[in-house]
Amino acid sequence: MMRWIWLSIALVAAVAGLLSFGDNYLLRLATTVAMYVTLAVAWNIVGGFTGYPSFATAAFFGLGAYASGIMLVNGVPLGVAWIGAGVVSTVFAAALGLAILHLRGHYFAIGSLVVADVLREVTNTWVSFTGGGMGLNVPLVGGAAAAQARFFLISMAILAVAATLTAIWLSRSRLGVALQCIEQNEDAAQVIGVDTRRAKVAAFAISSLFIGIAGAIYASWTTYIDPSDVYDVSLSVKPIIMALLGGVGSLAGPVIGAFVFLGLEELIWRNSLEFHAGILGLLVVALVLFLPGGLRDLKGRSVLTWVRDKMKGRTL
Amino acid sequence: MTPLLTLTNVSRRFGGLLALDGVSLSLTEGEVIGLIGPNGAGKTTFVNVVTGVLKPTSGSIVFRGKRIDGLRPDLVARAGVARTFQVVQPFPRMTVRENVAAAALFAGGVATRTEAVAAADSHLEFCGLAREADKLAGSLSLAGRKRLELAKSLAAKPKLLMLDEVNAGLNASEIDDALRLIAAIAAQGITVLLIEHLMKVVSSSCSRLAVLHQGRLIADGPTQHIMQDEAVIEAYLGRRYAEAQKGAGI
Amino acid sequence: MLWLQVLVNGLALGGLYACIAAGFSLVWGVLNIINILHGSLIVLGGYLAFFAHQYLGLNPFLFAPFAGALMFVLGFAIQRAMINPVMMQPVLMTLVLTFGLNLFLDNLMLAGFKADYRKINLQPPLGVLEFGDIILSVDRVYAAAVGLALVGALWLLLRFTQLGRAIVAVRMDREAAALMGIDIRFTYAVAFGLGTMMAGSAGALLAAIFPISPVSSGGYLGKAFVICVLGGLGSIPGVVLGGFALGVIEAFGALALGPENAITISFLLLIALLIVRPTGLLGRRGFN
Repeated sequence: MMRWIWLSIALVAAVAGLLSFGDNYLLRLATTVAMYVTLAVAWNIVGGFTGYPSFATAAFFGLGAYASGIMLVNGVPLGVAWIGAGVVSTVFAAALGLAILHLRGHYFAIGSLVVADVLREVTNTWVSFTGGGMGLNVPLVGGAAAAQARFFLISMAILAVAATLTAIWLSRSRLGVALQCIEQNEDAAQVIGVDTRRAKVAAFAISSLFIGIAGAIYASWTTYIDPSDVYDVSLSVKPIIMALLGGVGSLAGPVIGAFVFLGLEELIWRNSLEFHAGILGLLVVALVLFLPGGLRDLKGRSVLTWVRDKMKGRTL
Repeated sequence: MTPLLTLTNVSRRFGGLLALDGVSLSLTEGEVIGLIGPNGAGKTTFVNVVTGVLKPTSGSIVFRGKRIDGLRPDLVARAGVARTFQVVQPFPRMTVRENVAAAALFAGGVATRTEAVAAADSHLEFCGLAREADKLAGSLSLAGRKRLELAKSLAAKPKLLMLDEVNAGLNASEIDDALRLIAAIAAQGITVLLIEHLMKVVSSSCSRLAVLHQGRLIADGPTQHIMQDEAVIEAYLGRRYAEAQKGAGI
Repeated sequence: MLWLQVLVNGLALGGLYACIAAGFSLVWGVLNIINILHGSLIVLGGYLAFFAHQYLGLNPFLFAPFAGALMFVLGFAIQRAMINPVMMQPVLMTLVLTFGLNLFLDNLMLAGFKADYRKINLQPPLGVLEFGDIILSVDRVYAAAVGLALVGALWLLLRFTQLGRAIVAVRMDREAAALMGIDIRFTYAVAFGLGTMMAGSAGALLAAIFPISPVSSGGYLGKAFVICVLGGLGSIPGVVLGGFALGVIEAFGALALGPENAITISFLLLIALLIVRPTGLLGRRGFN
């Protein structure tokens, strides 16, 4: 408990500092990390708590972005559009969940991955509604550039906090116990009276609410979205990497992982613009091979002994 | 007395195989009945069909006046039917207490987590697992895990408890402990269906035996009668043994 | 007669599609790994054929098995070095691993070969066959023939060689296979190598007909998925059936809804299949 309180104080101080003194670059970075925290924490509800490897994050994100963007273009007020996008995403997730959550393992992962592609293609072809491949211009929020930057940081930060608080609440709730049972032994969970279908769909829906709103805020933030941008598969994979970095299934894991990932991403981007995606790929490979438990695996050992142990321990 | 559980002409087919063939059986409350039969007779299919893991191909199953055939397993569990698995199925990374509390929270109808934990502790006490309460379920011995299964099913507040080969893999003294526990459970008024293929176990615990053979119920009656029934002996031990027994005047 | 032409077009690609998916199905069925890298491996095979043609004048249809052989070595090495350690880990880990490898290879190819599409232009061009009103491209016929031959060879290997039976055994029961003296790690590596080999050969054949670029790797992966789910995992006949089925579905889908929607159709089909019948038309456990 104390850890969380200190962490919160530190974060609030950091955000306040940024708001007062940060330049646009730092503000952008902070907004991005808030978005990453939201996505990672939300993914963790389905992938970590429930144990279902979801690759649907991009689908919900893009759906939220377009839902909000289209609403804004049609004159809907900002707050309503953002919340509305969350609702759209949640309803879609519930329907999708009922359709594919009975699948296990690979089949579920693939099904969830493909949904984003389908949504992207539909968005591309439905030009009259969405602007198709030419993209959608999202109305500006208005105000000076600096004020806008601060506004979006606050918005994303609030979303990130809401997502994290929801995850914490969930882990202590009856639904959280149900998800934990499902993750460890789904058949046994049914036998002790858990309505597994309802629990899984609920987790999926809650997760997508935050992802959808993140997409909506993103759309207003960047003011221009197109299908291959907001439905990009990397939006599905990055939150997983963040959770892996910090520790899948834990509460703080995705949060820590989001920060670490952003740091790594900025480092790679700045040093190798050309090949940065490729380096990210290598990073992911290294992560899976050497740190399956996340950064906790590193605790308290010198890097050399740890590498040596890993090389020795690797057997089938 | 109205029966607790009634199966009427229940069959279950898997492709070409008829795992259950027109089984009709009635259980009254408070009974301890053994369901026996050679391996492959359909005993586990029986449990799976009653608990909703499988749907019967035909026939009906009525529990406490309501039809339960085809219901989802979690609904059957909440209606008051609990079962243990032949191959134990714990939640390995949760503690023993958390395992039982989970069962209390869902099938057992307990409202809050604190109440569930308290209920769990009493069930653990009853099953002799109080000292292991904080251990991870995956770290228990086989006998411990079997008792955990039992504690979990009790936490589900069942009216009917079906134990599937609960003694498999246990040594003689562990079996005795298990039987004592089962007797204590029955004494609380819970109806127990014991699935076994060890005759020794059922003869001491069960007042009534039902015998399955190749999916069909070939005998159903008081334990002593069944154990001497020719058809049963033949099914279990073969024709020549049966004839030898007859010849020896047993 | 338009529908007949469309049907023929679809069937003509079936053999090639079967080759695209066979390796993917083998790896999924035997190692229980969804190899996200598969599409990029296909593209790599395509590049091998392209450069073999450009600099050595080698005919891609004849070169395809050799491209496969080269790729086999690569696949074997990748499996031994990187995939073996995570074999027993959850689905999530293996998916993320192959995703990372795919990202790396894709971008390596992008950096090396650029995103421009390359096409092998055979001189003299192969032309077409005509059967009344129906036109059939000769290059597609060759590709289908070689593709099916390779798939057939794989089936024979799995069915009748000791190595092949070892692969099947490992899939059915890893521990029992080990107790029988089968070297599990080696077998897994060979299986993955075979999967890569099929991908490389398929790529070589594809390069002869279609323009290739690292950008298209995702599309090929998607096709492999759909074919496996359509035809059912774990059998070569299933892959062949799925390949022909997809070819025909795509052809008619393009006719009905326009070629730009062909991909969407196959993905919608995939989702529908996953919901209704994930085991596909011929699926069963194990790999025969």
